[in-house]
Amino acid sequence: MPFITDDANMLNDWLVAGPAAALDNTSEAAPRTARLLGEVLCLWRDAAGAPQCRLGTQPLAVQARHGYLWVCPSGQPARPLFDFPEYGQPGRRIIDCGGIGVAVSGLRVIENFLDMAHFPFVHGGILGQMPHTEVAAYQVQVDSVTGEIWATDCRFWQPRASAAHGSGSEVIYKYRVMQPLTAMLYKSSSRAGELDAIGLFLQPLDDEHVIAHTLLACYDDTSTDAELIAFQHAIFGQDKPILENHAFKRMPLEGRAETPTRGDTSSVTYRRWLRERGMRFGVRQAA
Amino acid sequence: MIRLYDYALSGNCFKVRQMLAWLGLGYQSVPVDFHPGREHKSTGFLARVNPLGQLPVIDDNGFVLRDAQAILVYLASKYDTESRWYPADPQLRGQVAMWLAIADQITRTASAARLHDVFGYEAIDVQACRRGAHEVFRLLDDHLAERASDGFRWLAGPHATVADLACFPYVALAGEGGISLDEHPALRSWAWDFRHLPGFIGMSGIFAASPA
Repeated sequence: MPFITDDANMLNDWLVAGPAAALDNTSEAAPRTARLLGEVLCLWRDAAGAPQCRLGTQPLAVQARHGYLWVCPSGQPARPLFDFPEYGQPGRRIIDCGGIGVAVSGLRVIENFLDMAHFPFVHGGILGQMPHTEVAAYQVQVDSVTGEIWATDCRFWQPRASAAHGSGSEVIYKYRVMQPLTAMLYKSSSRAGELDAIGLFLQPLDDEHVIAHTLLACYDDTSTDAELIAFQHAIFGQDKPILENHAFKRMPLEGRAETPTRGDTSSVTYRRWLRERGMRFGVRQAA
Repeated sequence: MIRLYDYALSGNCFKVRQMLAWLGLGYQSVPVDFHPGREHKSTGFLARVNPLGQLPVIDDNGFVLRDAQAILVYLASKYDTESRWYPADPQLRGQVAMWLAIADQITRTASAARLHDVFGYEAIDVQACRRGAHEVFRLLDDHLAERASDGFRWLAGPHATVADLACFPYVALAGEGGISLDEHPALRSWAWDFRHLPGFIGMSGIFAASPA
């Protein structure tokens, strides 16, 4: 098998390979290329409108869902692609915020996405503010049917929780990890009683590089697309140098190289969840 | 009211935001969907805002100006009554103009490498851009080391000018294009000093030295 890893967690799963809209005006003769696990894939839409993918002359399994293209390198997915019921809900705006390259293991990016403790320090004035630094206790569970991680009852005081929020408020969060490199965040919407959904889908280029695709499924009657995207990019741009400055680009899962604390319950669960599935891709091997 | 056609992650837009902040000028930011929408290349933007398809652009009560360096010169000339940021002395002004041209070279190399690594501009020859960035950084590093030995911290004159502002962001963001500043110590020290200037606002990817 080609690809730079033999980790079944990658090969036997659906991996994102860019937005589905990128296949507009493509054909087998004029495909779009996408990098995945050290290879360059060709992707196009056939005459019937179905996505197609190949690596060299080898066809690969591909599907278009939730606005993105998903490729299974081995063609033998261990489970179906996760559900995203909010994607089609009437009234929600669906906005592809584009892919941003990040030079670090994707596992680091997901772990950072799950972390609330850094908000006042990295996203001061937006997602957090001194001295509101406390992470209140929250619940983390692994769903026995889907195997997904869910962190619930998360609360954090935020000066400006989204492009639509004009002033500070205590914001309710729910996090969901569907795959090692995909996660979802649900947070209080500017529409009362609703939760906006933000998907983070990582396209793995190699063990230390990903393209981070962000998708909004939100309620917002006033902001322009450019304003909503600018908000997400401003946040992600603040995280990026911190992610890329990790002393180990790959995540250590064994030993005592890095010790999470109680505020990091999501991180503890995520790392254990990765260990239990024998994750090796993007992982720093113990010395 | 000044309008700024703006993108949060653009170092060239940062130059203008920082100049406006230092001059104490209020403005209206018009977010442009640079990525992924490539709105700056859309027919509407090309026809109405900037035929070159680039950011930033300002509209100062109907006077429309494009190009980050040109905008810095304009804003400082019009609103900086002490001529601090764009000095009037002929020799200093000549030196500032030279570094403004170097800033363009930094955009063509270091910023282009970042476009490749961060925003997926696959057609860019990233290796050539990184080599080019190191060449221009070496020039800056040598100049700053020489200035430091004469007791000066800034590119031209005794204090920071638009020359420093124009060269700063894509030096500070070089790492995002896979360009290390390790071999340019005087440049690193200058970028550090720049981040500690009073009123420095920072941007996503360049932290302000003290929390706002």
